[in-house]
Amino acid sequence: MSEQQQGPIYGRHDSPSFSSSSSNTSLSGHRQDIRGSSLVTLDELDTWWIRELIHRAAYIDAHRARVAGTCKGKVLATLFYEPSTRTRLSFETAMLRLGGQVVGFAGSQLSSVSKGESIADTLCVVSSYADIIAIRHPKEGAALVAARSADVPVINAGDGGHLHPTQTLADLATLQARLGRIDHLTIGLCGDLTFGRTVHSLIETLTRFGNVRFVLVSPPELTCPRYVLDRIDASRTCSFQETGDLEAVIGDLDALYMTRVQKERFFNEDDYLRLRDSYILTEDKLRLAKRDMAVLHPLPRVNEIAVEVDRDPRAAYFQQVKEGMLMRMALEAALLGDELPGYEPGEEVAA
Amino acid sequence: MEVTSINQGVIIDHVPAGRALTVLHYLGLDPSRTRLALIMNAPSRRFGAKDIIKIEGEPELRLDALGFVAPQASINRVEGGRIVDKRRPVRPESLTGVIACTNPRCVTTVERGLPQSFHLDHTGADGVYRCDYCDEKAEV
Repeated sequence: MSEQQQGPIYGRHDSPSFSSSSSNTSLSGHRQDIRGSSLVTLDELDTWWIRELIHRAAYIDAHRARVAGTCKGKVLATLFYEPSTRTRLSFETAMLRLGGQVVGFAGSQLSSVSKGESIADTLCVVSSYADIIAIRHPKEGAALVAARSADVPVINAGDGGHLHPTQTLADLATLQARLGRIDHLTIGLCGDLTFGRTVHSLIETLTRFGNVRFVLVSPPELTCPRYVLDRIDASRTCSFQETGDLEAVIGDLDALYMTRVQKERFFNEDDYLRLRDSYILTEDKLRLAKRDMAVLHPLPRVNEIAVEVDRDPRAAYFQQVKEGMLMRMALEAALLGDELPGYEPGEEVAA
Repeated sequence: MEVTSINQGVIIDHVPAGRALTVLHYLGLDPSRTRLALIMNAPSRRFGAKDIIKIEGEPELRLDALGFVAPQASINRVEGGRIVDKRRPVRPESLTGVIACTNPRCVTTVERGLPQSFHLDHTGADGVYRCDYCDEKAEV
């Protein structure tokens, strides 16, 4: 997909969207101005900004005390209609570490939703209280409805099996930190490639940077959907290979992205039980891999990565959690238009 | 089989064989108030078989829907018993209020007052429309 073929303008507030012209100047004098915009899908964020957020996250990590007051006086609302402790804590910790404050709810039974309030009404109300909102909802497309209804920036923290853009930002930051690049890669994606939204989003985003070879490892029942493969085909520099044999391909990989077979995505429990143990990464299998391969996982894991792998230096999934928080810090500050003290755009920061 | 010619109205020709009733539904016409004729499985040199819809009068048609459901059809405007204009439907970039999303996980199944809207997907196969909210592929 070209940078120009982007979706509708999101957000009711009178602010520029991510789809705005690349000739716009930003708070830092570069390309898109994302102040006041919502993030529903990464498709609306140009590749310059994705790299810029990775740079900013690295800067934040290296200057934690200096950035601690960046969002002082700002309030983040986390509206989590379904449980996701890690993602919610990550968003909240990110705001607290920037000096802001946090309000919100976790679980729709605790909110006015239990009284039948619509998403649009909830967002209208909460935008009167908060400066920025993170929403997680089990229904696909809920974040778009939220962004269109709110008067402040809305960040999609996961809408059902559809999109989870900040997880992808965490994945990219981890690849950058581990491998020093997010292009010219051979990356394996293993497990549930049908319902795994993090996999789809990572593939679609990496194809925009180019020169990536995807090795798609799954049982026949959980292969990658055609529309995702079409995105790879549409890229002139990316390619893919589908296989059911992880051990046969693990030696070729620069990174391996493991996924959990998610019970909540199945209507039929028998199908879930049959497929959940399809692939388990063990130290034995890792012996066949490159010595610097990075193992990623969006977490939580069940049993698809053996606990013994945690001690292997190639295990990057806990670092991924930290990178996720740093990227959310960079994103929240950027959408609020709060400059990071001392930061120069595009600045290289030593890992 | 013969169907009387129309004097004033619209003839939608080259509708895929067997799809005329579906097309009629998407055009937004009320068949109980409209004088029309459906010809199904008529011989066609180009397609082998085709359907034809003849509508008398000056109907208000959802031609954007025609671009979705039968883009290969032709629209002929008839005045005084003669065809005065002939055109092909254009695939619209967006479709609102024409089709409903069939994805049970889509937010449109729970949120009140949301318009059912779809966009033309330029990334894959031609003519695929996807739900604006959940990206589910639209089905005719």
